[in-house]
Amino acid sequence: MSARVTSRGTAAGLLALALVTSLSACSNGSSDDSASGGEGSSSLTLWDPYPQFDESDAWPQLVQKCGEENGVTIERTGYDTTDLTNQVLRAAQQGNAPSVLVVDNPVVSTLADGGVLADNDTTGLDASGVEDNILAAGEVDGQTYGVPIGANTLALYYNKTVLSAAGVDPSTITDWDSLTDALQKVEDSGKNGITFSAIGTEEGSFQFLPWFWGSGAELTDLASSDAQSALSLWSGWVQQGLAPQTVISNNQQSAWEEFLTGDYGFVENGTWQLGPVKESGLDWGVIPIPGRDGGTAPAPTGGEFVTIPTQADTASYDKSAAVVQCLTSADNALETDTTLSYVSALADVQEQQVSADADLQPWVEAVSAARGRTSDGLGTDYPGISEQLWNAVQAALSGSQSPQAALEAAQQAAGSN
Amino acid sequence: MASTLTPVADPARASAPSQVSAPRPRRRRRPERWAAAAFLAPLVVYLVAFYAYPLYRNVELSLRNYTVASFVNGGAQFTGFDNYRTVLSDPVFVQALWHTAVFTLGSLAVQFTLGMALAVFFSAHFRLSGLLRALFLVPWLLPLIVSSSTWAWMLNGQSGVVNAGLHAVGLPEPQWLSSPTWSLVAVLIANIWIGVPFNLVLLHSGLQAISSDVNEAAALDGAGAWQRFRHITFPLLRPVSAITLLLGLVYTLKVFDIIWIMTRGGPSNSSTTLATWSYQLSFGGLIPKFGPGAAVGNLLIVVAFLAGLLYLRYQRKAEL
Repeated sequence: MSARVTSRGTAAGLLALALVTSLSACSNGSSDDSASGGEGSSSLTLWDPYPQFDESDAWPQLVQKCGEENGVTIERTGYDTTDLTNQVLRAAQQGNAPSVLVVDNPVVSTLADGGVLADNDTTGLDASGVEDNILAAGEVDGQTYGVPIGANTLALYYNKTVLSAAGVDPSTITDWDSLTDALQKVEDSGKNGITFSAIGTEEGSFQFLPWFWGSGAELTDLASSDAQSALSLWSGWVQQGLAPQTVISNNQQSAWEEFLTGDYGFVENGTWQLGPVKESGLDWGVIPIPGRDGGTAPAPTGGEFVTIPTQADTASYDKSAAVVQCLTSADNALETDTTLSYVSALADVQEQQVSADADLQPWVEAVSAARGRTSDGLGTDYPGISEQLWNAVQAALSGSQSPQAALEAAQQAAGSN
Repeated sequence: MASTLTPVADPARASAPSQVSAPRPRRRRRPERWAAAAFLAPLVVYLVAFYAYPLYRNVELSLRNYTVASFVNGGAQFTGFDNYRTVLSDPVFVQALWHTAVFTLGSLAVQFTLGMALAVFFSAHFRLSGLLRALFLVPWLLPLIVSSSTWAWMLNGQSGVVNAGLHAVGLPEPQWLSSPTWSLVAVLIANIWIGVPFNLVLLHSGLQAISSDVNEAAALDGAGAWQRFRHITFPLLRPVSAITLLLGLVYTLKVFDIIWIMTRGGPSNSSTTLATWSYQLSFGGLIPKFGPGAAVGNLLIVVAFLAGLLYLRYQRKAEL
């Protein structure tokens, strides 16, 4: 008797489940219809990694303006950078990726390779006029994916008050030895030498790369003696107290906030801090990151690409492409890049930016000397290599491994991926 | 002594539903059966949709080799236990397992001891004891993001208030969050602070259920305060203690937010547990590794499940 009741109960339960499933399937279907849009559709979705902006800021307003010019309303959503990649992957799996995606440049090649992004030939996007070293991150197998919205890179901000009290002339800093000497002088004067971000995320690799490349090392060989000299430089600073232990858990913003306390001689940070530093009340200056034996180290290019994810309904590409061109056009690029405190990817606009703000001049030079992280044929291999690199930096700086052992382990792990 | 204990244990058993003789069920008519099924359906649907299906998906994720392309377009290759092999042979696995054990057992031991001490302390009703007990609940009520960020700020090696205090009394100032020796200790301290109120509340309510007669009788027999705790309060609290520890175990095994916010499992995996490692693999890198991430998550589920079985076994033994 009880067995019979149970089996009936199960059957009823399954029936109810089937009902619910079919209901949700219906609602799925209808929402898909409205999202991908038929002929009369007049709405697009745009995802970007700028959650700090709300409707009153210049970027969302530009997005709305570009929508209105093309007769569509744009629903914009901002995600945290790391979260954005995961959100896009899941959305693409469900077949409801956004119409327009603004995404960090080192993941473009991986998303493109995975079929998440549509190439510019398909969508009709035009990326001509963009500087080659900036566009490189969006090129995979001879196809270009999206248009860069602007670029940023890293340099050393310094505190003039702290340096002059310590008797350091920033113009004498030309290589690693002269920089370390300067840090020692700052330390002897009772302040802290330098702070940066060596956190175990892409930000940590981004900050380490100017030193890594500045030593002559290449990402294809993490364990080279050049690479070891770069990591030894950083771990030496931490061990000698020239850089605080907190660099291990600092992201770039925390490192910046340490610098704003006025207790630090230098901070490694990006173009985007140019606006904030002017409002900080500090007496500041900028020098490029020196290479090991002199000259300027190649810093990595940062910044996002405006891309168009693959859609089942290819008719929507026209509208999306029109919006992307509007967002990245020379007229709007000046406004966008000023908002984001980026350097434009277009040479003409860079000149306009410098004439409007002379402080941008060293940054424009730094961006044109900068190197793409996924360049040199690394492409989709870069994320795996970068993860091993930041692990090695963390291991060496926390003292749990020597720079040599950490980098050898990293190279082995990266090679086996 | 033993004879004084029996009357306390008995009432609980007497009220157990097994003692109530149920009327013999009649053969139900069809509409009744449908009604029964209808009442059952929401629960079954809920369980299938929110427990069975996600679990099934997680197992499936862990048995396939997902790349970005195959995650989006489907057709990920079935690779059997390859992801588990990768994870188990990773040197991080041993570290994460060890950290999980230290973190879980360390948290449980200290939380339970402190919670018990506070519960006994508050069971003696004194003025303002209710208010004080309520204040002790604050850590449990705060959102984890708030308490973890506060702890991260207090334990900051450069500007943290804890190191300022240690400096003032001339003690060494550890780099709590960025030294591999201290990072696990730092997250352990924060987790203990958050978990004590939970132990306090459960043990305190357990103490309320113990009749004061027993204690009075023992006191008349000449038992001191420690003897009364050791031989009366503690044994009578055993069922409550067991459930407190089990809930604490399952909860602590999967603690993720505190560690992630304070140290991200670092530096160099020195505070990585199975829970943070699973998240690190799935969502922490530039490109997600869903397969190995799901494999670690499943191993964690197995550990929690074994803990649950242990509890059931213990409970059955206690009932016999």
